[in-house]
Amino acid sequence: MDHQKRSTLDLFNTDLATELRLGLPGSTNDQPEIKSNLSGNKRTSSESGSSICTDENDSTFSPPMKEQVVGWPPVRSYRKNILQEKKPTCETGSGMYVKVSMDGAPYLRKMDLKIYKSYEELIEGLQEMFKCIIGLYSEKEGYNGSQHVPTYEDKDGDWMLVGDVPWNMFISSCKRLRIMKSCEATGLGTYCV
Amino acid sequence: MDPNLKKPKLVDRVDSVATGGDPCESTRVCRFPDDVLERVLSLIDSHKDRSSVSLVCKEWYNAERWSRRHVFIGNCYSVSPEIVAARFPRIRSVTLKGKPRFSDFNLVPEDWGADVHPWLCVFSTVYPFLEELRLKRMAVSDESLEFLATNFKGFKALSLLSCDGFSTDGLKAIATHCKNLTELDIQENGIDDLGGHWLSCFPESFTSLEILNFASLNSEVSFDALEKLVSRCKSLRVLKVNRNISLDQLQKLLLHCPLLTELGTGTFMQEVISGPVTEFKNMFSNCKNLVTLSGLWDATPLYLPVIYTACARLTFLNLSYATLRSDELTNLLYHCKSLRRLWFDIYTLPSKCALVFEILECKEKEKGIMVTLFKISDEIGDKGLEAVGSCCPLLEELRVFPADPFDQEIFLGVTESGFVSVSRGCPKLRYVLYFCRQMTNAAVATIAQNCPDFTHFRLCIMNPGQPDYLTKEPMDEAFGSIVKACTKLQRLAISGLLTDRTFEYIGKYAKNLETLSVAFAGSSDLGMEYVLKGCMKLKKLEIRDCPFGNAALLSGLTKYESMRSLWMSACNVTMNGCQMLAKERPRLNVEVMRDDEGNDDGQAHKVYVYRSVAGPRKDAPPFVLTL
Repeated sequence: MDHQKRSTLDLFNTDLATELRLGLPGSTNDQPEIKSNLSGNKRTSSESGSSICTDENDSTFSPPMKEQVVGWPPVRSYRKNILQEKKPTCETGSGMYVKVSMDGAPYLRKMDLKIYKSYEELIEGLQEMFKCIIGLYSEKEGYNGSQHVPTYEDKDGDWMLVGDVPWNMFISSCKRLRIMKSCEATGLGTYCV
Repeated sequence: MDPNLKKPKLVDRVDSVATGGDPCESTRVCRFPDDVLERVLSLIDSHKDRSSVSLVCKEWYNAERWSRRHVFIGNCYSVSPEIVAARFPRIRSVTLKGKPRFSDFNLVPEDWGADVHPWLCVFSTVYPFLEELRLKRMAVSDESLEFLATNFKGFKALSLLSCDGFSTDGLKAIATHCKNLTELDIQENGIDDLGGHWLSCFPESFTSLEILNFASLNSEVSFDALEKLVSRCKSLRVLKVNRNISLDQLQKLLLHCPLLTELGTGTFMQEVISGPVTEFKNMFSNCKNLVTLSGLWDATPLYLPVIYTACARLTFLNLSYATLRSDELTNLLYHCKSLRRLWFDIYTLPSKCALVFEILECKEKEKGIMVTLFKISDEIGDKGLEAVGSCCPLLEELRVFPADPFDQEIFLGVTESGFVSVSRGCPKLRYVLYFCRQMTNAAVATIAQNCPDFTHFRLCIMNPGQPDYLTKEPMDEAFGSIVKACTKLQRLAISGLLTDRTFEYIGKYAKNLETLSVAFAGSSDLGMEYVLKGCMKLKKLEIRDCPFGNAALLSGLTKYESMRSLWMSACNVTMNGCQMLAKERPRLNVEVMRDDEGNDDGQAHKVYVYRSVAGPRKDAPPFVLTL
């Protein structure tokens, strides 16, 4: 499970890196169309509205640059330092932003967990954000039946199924969220306490 | 002067110059007495106006130069201190700007220059009575600060913004020696903060301080020294302390300076304060002249109420550093009955921003509070921007920064829809800086329609060369719609996949444009040519990673002398092209910065061109070649 999980993440990170082109704009962006995200090939996605859907096979999309270009984006280092300083923390009562990724999507999102009061609300928020169906959690069967399974990384670095612990415990230990494809999530359910 | 002589109208004199007539024709007008002319001209502050005045005729040129007290130098290499000194004998105040703006993004190597020291050396002989020095992007050393402090007896005001090369030791020298200092304003510098001892260097006999801003310094200062300083400087009206100053300490400070007009507090959180809260409240209320409040780091509902009474008089509230919950914010704003300007930095606002914005909306309607500036982290997302758009109809400035600009994992923050929402709700927007990862031409066209008053439009699509993500087309039409609709546009920064078409639009429509920033854009030399030919008021052009070559560079031959500067890096310009420019235009400094690798491929990797009456730089480091 771990290995499978890791390989998906690695695909996401490294393949896009090798796909970089530093050519000047104006030259055509020839990106190969990619259908599957499991076969180790590079991936594509098209976007509609402000959501990110996978598995649409028409348009090409130039992935964002992972390599650091000097002085880009143009954010002053002074500003950067302020950003680090002022990151809101739970204690101050400010928002609690966690990274949310969905397998197959080139971009992360961020979510303020503090605005949700329950798993239902959270799932609803995730579904809206990624335009996907997650469905309801059941203790016995997890998210069986849905294509996407929400997981989270806890304080110990373990990946858990969202919904397996009481809400408050979840809020205090959730470091980041990841919506996995259900076919990859098998076995996670067994981590439930 | 014969009092019977009819006093000539100023208009007559100007007319006579315009028609080429000799302004001194005795048949036409009588001379203005020099001292009267000087007196009149001394009332003119704007350096642009003064420039115009000096061009009228020789008399006016002389009267102007003798009456000028403040000189503004936008590029420290455009003129030498000797030339300045020769022309303006009576300067009391100098503003100097140094490095090209792209130095903010590490594109200019260290030791490039813009050293203030040569200026100080000349000024020490010519302007021994210099009172004010305001520096931006200059290299300032501790030695220079010491030199300044010890050579100018009457020195009064020092302001340092985005400078580097100095440490708090330099501030020690200023504090120790400047006996008549009225202003010390230290902001956003690359300062080596070695501790807060500098503040203790103000001698006990020192009483003249009026403005003190050390909010951006991190080290703790001696509170005892600060308290004593504040208590003996009876004219202190602006005090902005850093975060280390506690509430207890603030209370003590306020005791000594009830006449403050602007206050930047330190931290607003403390376990327990020593005196009763009412006393603290009274302290604030006693500051009858307080109109500006900032700081408020870590403010909590425990102590925030102490400022409520003072809030009634505030006209400007800067919440950039405050961390407030929505109910705290409600209460705070409820008390701000005179507020005209409100600055928010939404890194620090709590969740449930929608509620906060609802509050703001009510406040605007009831009290006419003008929310004028929002600085937002893109974590807030489009929903947050929607809320901004719905509650701040008077918003004038919006800056949306990326939360993790250099993170390897790319986060989609705000999108085009957030921008459109804001533009719909805030038609008065004049200044926008917007970082995003996706944009469409249609969205920008809508935004341009909604906000025709843009003076500053800076859009950064963070993936270089990225097209309209829906249509896959270049973003040409986006910027086309901006320049067509926004006739007052002064500053523009473009991004995304852009062809020469964008520049054609800019050249054709952006007639008031003064500053243009271009990155990863254009298809050919034509792009740059369009801009150089069409933008009449262009002053600063900064370009990086574009396919503009020698033809483009040379098309601006006749233009560059009317501009402050041109920056081109990672373009297709060669040494030959630069040499040709330098040869044709001896009054330009054409500087090429050599690559680290010392590649001798004939390419000019970084080019900085600017007009100068001072000739080539004498202090150029080895990697800067002046052609």
